Amino acid sequence: MRNFAFDTATTVKEAATTAALACEAMLAPDGGASAPETTIVKAGGIDLLDLMKEGLLAPGKVTSLSGLADLAKIEPQSDGGLRIGALVTLARLAADETVRKLYPALADAASDSASPEIRNTATLGGNLLQRPRCWYFRAAEFRCLRKGGGHCYAIDGENQHHAIFDNRFCAIVHPSTSATALVALGAEVELIDMDGATRRLALEDFFVGPDKDVQRENDLRPHEILTAVLLPNAASLRMAHLKLSQKQSFDWPLVDVAVALDLGPDGVCRKATIVLGAVAPTPRRARAAEDALAGKIVDAQSAAGAGRAALEGATPLSKNAYKAPMLEALVRRALLRAAGGG
Amino acid sequence: MASDGATREEIFPVGIASVGIHEEPRRIPAGEPPPLPVNAELAEIGKPLPRWNGWAKATGATRYTVDVALKGMLFGRILRSPLPHARVRSIDVSAAKRRESVKAIVSAVNPDDPERAVVRYVGQPVVAIAATSMAAAEEALRLIRVEYKPLPFVVDMDDALKPGAPKVYDADAAPQGGGFAAAANLPLDGNARGPALASRGDVEQGFAAAEITLEGEYSTQVQTHCCMEPHGLVADWRDDGVTVYISTQFTAGVRRELAQAFELPIDRVRVVVDGMGGGFGSKSTLGNYGRLGVALSRQAGAPVRLTLTRPEEQMDSGNRPSVRQRIRLGANRDGTLTAMAIESHGTAGVGLGAGIGNFAQSIYDCPNFSSAQYDVFINAGPASAMRAPGNTPGAWGLENAIDELAEKLSLDPLALRDRIDPSPARREERRIGAERIGWSRRHAPGADPGPVKRGLGMAQSLWGANVQTAASIEVRLRRDGTVEAYSGVQDIGSGIGTVIQQTIAETLGLQPSQIAIHIGDTNFPAGPPSYGSRTTASITPPARVAAWKILQALFAKAASALNANPDDLLARGGAIETRAEPKRSMRFAEAAALMDGDALSVVETRSEDYGGFKRTMGEAALAQQDLGGVQFAEVAVDVETGIIRVERVVAVQDCGRPLNPLLLESQIHGGVLMGVSYALYEERILDRATGRMVNANLEQYKVAGPRDVPQIDVTVIENYQGRSATDAYGIAEPANIATAPAIGAAVYNAIGVRLRALPMTPAAVLAALARTPSRG
Repeated sequence: MRNFAFDTATTVKEAATTAALACEAMLAPDGGASAPETTIVKAGGIDLLDLMKEGLLAPGKVTSLSGLADLAKIEPQSDGGLRIGALVTLARLAADETVRKLYPALADAASDSASPEIRNTATLGGNLLQRPRCWYFRAAEFRCLRKGGGHCYAIDGENQHHAIFDNRFCAIVHPSTSATALVALGAEVELIDMDGATRRLALEDFFVGPDKDVQRENDLRPHEILTAVLLPNAASLRMAHLKLSQKQSFDWPLVDVAVALDLGPDGVCRKATIVLGAVAPTPRRARAAEDALAGKIVDAQSAAGAGRAALEGATPLSKNAYKAPMLEALVRRALLRAAGGG
Repeated sequence: MASDGATREEIFPVGIASVGIHEEPRRIPAGEPPPLPVNAELAEIGKPLPRWNGWAKATGATRYTVDVALKGMLFGRILRSPLPHARVRSIDVSAAKRRESVKAIVSAVNPDDPERAVVRYVGQPVVAIAATSMAAAEEALRLIRVEYKPLPFVVDMDDALKPGAPKVYDADAAPQGGGFAAAANLPLDGNARGPALASRGDVEQGFAAAEITLEGEYSTQVQTHCCMEPHGLVADWRDDGVTVYISTQFTAGVRRELAQAFELPIDRVRVVVDGMGGGFGSKSTLGNYGRLGVALSRQAGAPVRLTLTRPEEQMDSGNRPSVRQRIRLGANRDGTLTAMAIESHGTAGVGLGAGIGNFAQSIYDCPNFSSAQYDVFINAGPASAMRAPGNTPGAWGLENAIDELAEKLSLDPLALRDRIDPSPARREERRIGAERIGWSRRHAPGADPGPVKRGLGMAQSLWGANVQTAASIEVRLRRDGTVEAYSGVQDIGSGIGTVIQQTIAETLGLQPSQIAIHIGDTNFPAGPPSYGSRTTASITPPARVAAWKILQALFAKAASALNANPDDLLARGGAIETRAEPKRSMRFAEAAALMDGDALSVVETRSEDYGGFKRTMGEAALAQQDLGGVQFAEVAVDVETGIIRVERVVAVQDCGRPLNPLLLESQIHGGVLMGVSYALYEERILDRATGRMVNANLEQYKVAGPRDVPQIDVTVIENYQGRSATDAYGIAEPANIATAPAIGAAVYNAIGVRLRALPMTPAAVLAALARTPSRG
């Protein structure tokens, strides 16, 4: 790893001024030998350190956001929603009483991530902005499409952990489990630029698929800082997040599912939001499954139907077809868990 | 007590404590102590004593190799081949050399020598450098220009076996084998080397006579060692010799290798290891990094620390080879075996040793047996020994096949083993294990109604009771009563110092904590290796003999002071007492003060087992009896998601006389954990297009974590054989062999479908249940 300077930003504006590079411009696959002096901002630093150790990032300077106390707050909103600062750690998200009470699916997703040590350091903002864990992307030796090369090595290579949807150009899966839950809950992100201008957009729209741009996973622009995630009032929703991974300790999901159900007093589903994680380059809305549930009682039969519908459009690769039955089962279980209020 | 001068006869307790002990005579060397009674009658041996260095480890005081920091020390790094097969045309180190921080550059390949110009796997060392800091070394690596001519390569075993496959070696360049891992002088056909043949009886006749036959193919993956502490050394080359601090399982062996490689007299080479963070077989030899580290220090004239990174650990520090075996069994309806035939192909990368061990050959009564084992070369990092090499994959195959045979014969797997397994130890272990797991609860395969199905399974272990004859220890008694033990033996992490303390303390009537342990240094008498589950078996008998000889000398002094006959004295509770009149006694330290010199020292070397070894190969020997072990597993399989959880493992093991139940339990926990991880998670994944390992880390190379740990229930039986001064043998490897097949059998019992390949991933479970759709 290359030596680097380290400082701490004192204002969001200062941090945004520093954050001059889009993610694709930060990459230095030659270990920084030919990179210009770059500055990269750091939240928890979990993914940043990984990328630096892997030789994909070689910043000349790292600017820490840890001094921005306003970004570490969890604040109830007047409309019954919640504002979660980007520097709130996953451990706090998992344990916070308000989050647990109002958005249990989010608390579950956060508590299911990584390991206790990582959750104590990793922030929500960093979690949403982390780069993909695709092993070809992560190894500097593979100059893949996402790193500006001409080829996705996973599509005809070792793709057992890769996408079964939207995988024509690049088969990464989005690594954030919290994102799966947040998209299901209709969260927005707040972005502030160096002039102090605020941009708000739905998290769902913030993520960028390979069909739009294969070199980035989100719409964070140069000189923008992701400052907060805003959750709408979810008092009327029933929700669940479930994750399946090969190991029960410290493992990435093979599939994860978040559902948010708006059920009428008669138990009939007015609106279902079903989001699939770890199966596509961005958290994927299972719209066919959502439609299949509308106007129905959520029971074993309708949930199973939604599970089947969630697979619509799947194009598994040579080694990841197993994700389909897993996903089908998990959508069904998440729906029943949410509807049961458990 | 019949004596012929050189030997005498003694009566030993023999048998399994929970079954019944009888007495057997053995001839033992005249200078050795009388038989130890069974553990129940002993003061220190057999007690669950915490490890001697546990406190230091837990508080961070232990000095591991990476903690060694010498004055003026440089930092080494290795430039490795990015290609799986290539001829190195040129190496240009001029830019690196110009850096002031770079103090030494050593090539591992030679472009001008056709024999040494070829690299055969991604990660093979090409050039090593030493610089004044880690960062400077890393930066200098980037300045080295290597020109490669890529050659055709193959990283998949099936591809390597196809006609016309790229050849990893020309016949004369291929490794020749010899030693335990691979037989010497076998033919090479393309990439397949072998077969190594073994047989007894007439297999075809055995199959012709069989009432039923069964055939199956079983395969295992490549597993890497994942030592918590990476491979590394600090080499300190001086004009008068070299000192090497190295994380190693064998100080004496590394010393010998160094003396040979660098043409030094053996007394000019010193090898030291204090703390060790795991080896599992992969730290048995000096290694290519070790050679390079010492060469760097010699060139620089300064100490050099060279430690492998995690990716280097994964690619080039050894691994457990994969094996695919086709097993044919012939049996009668009562379960008796009439024939067993096995053909195996496995790959140790560019190395050798991908076999199935002696498991199938030795564990069950079967008059007709044949095996043909092939090593298949591929362009991948070489294997090394890993916790029960051969027998661990061997057991995966055979124990699965035996479980299938039991099913086919409608026999309980335990009843079938009772019929075909001659081992009394395993018979008792099956009885104990069945009781502890609740075997009577075992239902028909796939009988649970819901999506999460539970099952019970069991499998057995077989491993040789290994001994190193060149295993020496010095016991020293100082006039102030201090007792010290010195040996080159190293603590791989299992706590060998503690059992040495217990052995000496038992003999001298002291507390174990009163014995000072000095080990892990070739300045002391050469110790045994910590591999092959042989450390305890090799070092505790000479420790007892040495302590006993010291005691005899002490008795001679004390006898006159106590006005007694030396033969009437005994050492107990820190005192020397007369048998008839315990109050006529003196403190141990008082007796020591009667000695003439400053210290009394006795060096002892492991003698032959009483009654002789089964086989001796150089410094290694096999005891008459084998080591056994039976493990039971309870699993829960979610048939909708394919996820297997191992809920409980019952391990019942034997190791002769158990010296320390606490440390044994700890080692068995390790063996079971490694087995769970092998069964469900671990797998080296090579990209076929580039030959690179895509999961060369500990994130995507999956190792069981805390929540993946089952409840582990350990029983160690006392299996007295009267074969040495302590009658103790090893546990590390036998504790690993049965775990994966026990889990495999439990998975079958849970879901009614057999998984014949490791690891048993969710993908494999769903495919076996035919729940995975064809490719969309």
